[in-house]
Amino acid sequence: MSLLEIKNLHVAVGGRNILNGLTLTVEKGQLAAIMGPNGSGKSTLSHVLAGKPGYEVKDGSVLLDGEDLLALSPDQRAAKGVFLAFQYPLEIPGVATMNFLRTAVNAQRRARGEAEMSTPDFLKRVREIAGHLGIEQEMLRRSVNVGFSGGEKKRNEVLQMALLEPQLCILDETDSGLDIDALRVVSEGVNRLRAPERGMIVITHYQRLLEYIVPDVVHVLSKGRIVKTGDKELAHELEAHGYARFTDEAA
Amino acid sequence: MNAGIRQIRTAAEQGIAEMFAAIKGELPGDATERQRAFDVFAGAGLPHRRIEAWKYTDLRAAMRAAKPLASTAQAALSQGRSADLLAHIEARRLVFGNGRMIESLSDLADIEPGLTIETFDSVLGRDAAALAGDALAPANDDAAVALNTAFTRDGVVIRVAEGATLRRPLHLLFTVQGEAAAVYSRVVIDVGAGAKLALIETHESAAGRDDQINMAIDLVVGDRAHVDHVKFGLESENTLHVASWGMRLGAASHLNTFILNVGGGLVRNQIFAECQGDAATLRFGGVNLLTGRQHADTTLTLNHVAPGCQSRELFKSVLDGRSRGVFQGRISVQPQAQKTDARMMTRALLLSEDAEADMKPELEIFADDVQCGHGATAGALDDNLKFYLMARGLPEKEAESLLIQAFIGDAVETVEDAGLREVLMLLAVEWLEAR
Repeated sequence: MSLLEIKNLHVAVGGRNILNGLTLTVEKGQLAAIMGPNGSGKSTLSHVLAGKPGYEVKDGSVLLDGEDLLALSPDQRAAKGVFLAFQYPLEIPGVATMNFLRTAVNAQRRARGEAEMSTPDFLKRVREIAGHLGIEQEMLRRSVNVGFSGGEKKRNEVLQMALLEPQLCILDETDSGLDIDALRVVSEGVNRLRAPERGMIVITHYQRLLEYIVPDVVHVLSKGRIVKTGDKELAHELEAHGYARFTDEAA
Repeated sequence: MNAGIRQIRTAAEQGIAEMFAAIKGELPGDATERQRAFDVFAGAGLPHRRIEAWKYTDLRAAMRAAKPLASTAQAALSQGRSADLLAHIEARRLVFGNGRMIESLSDLADIEPGLTIETFDSVLGRDAAALAGDALAPANDDAAVALNTAFTRDGVVIRVAEGATLRRPLHLLFTVQGEAAAVYSRVVIDVGAGAKLALIETHESAAGRDDQINMAIDLVVGDRAHVDHVKFGLESENTLHVASWGMRLGAASHLNTFILNVGGGLVRNQIFAECQGDAATLRFGGVNLLTGRQHADTTLTLNHVAPGCQSRELFKSVLDGRSRGVFQGRISVQPQAQKTDARMMTRALLLSEDAEADMKPELEIFADDVQCGHGATAGALDDNLKFYLMARGLPEKEAESLLIQAFIGDAVETVEDAGLREVLMLLAVEWLEAR
């Protein structure tokens, strides 16, 4: 069974159709890149998969491990293993990062009927991952993302992803706002999470990220549909020639 | 000519007048002062919405009838939960039943040098003039203060001598028993120069009780003295609770005061504060956690008279159901109060369509070299933040809880004692879990 099966997905936002019959499959162990021009529906896809309110699904289905994902609330999806790394991670003044991380880990564990993680185990795990990502302890003591630079926010997203060990990772324009050093650290963090049971969707506008996170498959999204699928060479082709040719085909 | 103009009295006003006529002969203290105070009330009646200071809290409409005066409380009084909540804080507890200090339940042993505790009526017996307030005097024309002066005999007078530092906080525990009643009490606190006092005030009552509480607190903070005060309002959802504070700060003194309201049906905390000595510091924080038809009004009148004083107000309301949170703050800076640094912020979080926040911050500045600011915001929970938390696995309720705790967090942080901050957050979490 495929990890994720999206069939003929039609989604509207504020009465405007954004996804128009999108069909996409992600296998376990696969890293799929989704590329597309501005306005092609990339972020809408990531939000719909994570369950953000305000998106109207008009037709189609989304199955995660054979289960209807669209029927679940965002927290239920998270507990099932869906993780969205936000393009713009939010600042939450007054909520300490460590408290947030622990609450999230234990909420998911409770939802799955598992025991909560002990405090020493939790701290050990966070320190280990933070060390890989070059996240200082001082950052973890601050409120979630408050006063973080763009790069720190993205590293914090990858920290959460590593800690929560999701089945399906969705990275929404993770490269936006990153300088080359931060891009390398974040990419290494993502690559460390690649695993045979885990699927990943990497949404990006540019080929640059895919130099660091090498995809198994590249899909081109245009006007709310996948218009072309290929291997990593497709990304180079897009970089060289632009999206015009594919978007014209879709039209 | 004026004799012909009569206030139309409500049943409650009529009841209060009858009670005063019946009891005034028995009340201790200066009878002339009681009569003056009663006349203030009789002239204006219960405060109502056309009186600016009471605009959002119409006591005349809310008070259907006047409860009879409380009978004397018995020694076998249930202390409810505030004693448990504060069990980890080694405080000297004074227990008040129906406004009267119950000596057998109060910790009056081994009183530290420099501390004196006397009941208000015993002080009145010795010094009839003690009825007239000190720090409360500027509020003598307020109807609630006037009623307190007219009726009160119970309460306590606490003096901390110059230079004394009290090792243990004082916990004033107020509760009620017997038939629901009108309870008047006066607390006088006089903190001498350079002295230090931590004061915890809790108010509780059994569910469903509809007492009418009117208390007045007269607090004088001496030069260089340091006072920490925290009030917990935990009374029944039907209680009418009006508390009036007179506060006067001496030179280089420090007063840190905080009010949490989770209980009460209609609550009014009115504070009349004056920074009278140079370079005094006043910090005033508060949190309302309200639901159902609860109404809590915090009204602060702060007068900067002396130069170089600093005042900070941070007040947060979380309003669910059909509740209503009111914050009025007026800071006046007199011409001689140069270098005043005053900041006031009030924020409301509305959790339901039917909740209402009324906020009225005001500055009145007559000095030219000051830094003053105020702000007010009201809004709902941020859906994007909620989604972010839910996307990490927090169920909706838990995500909201975390955001609400974060919302009140900086106000709670103004409380200096870590143990008290824990109690405040514990009560907040309880409130959130009961939502």
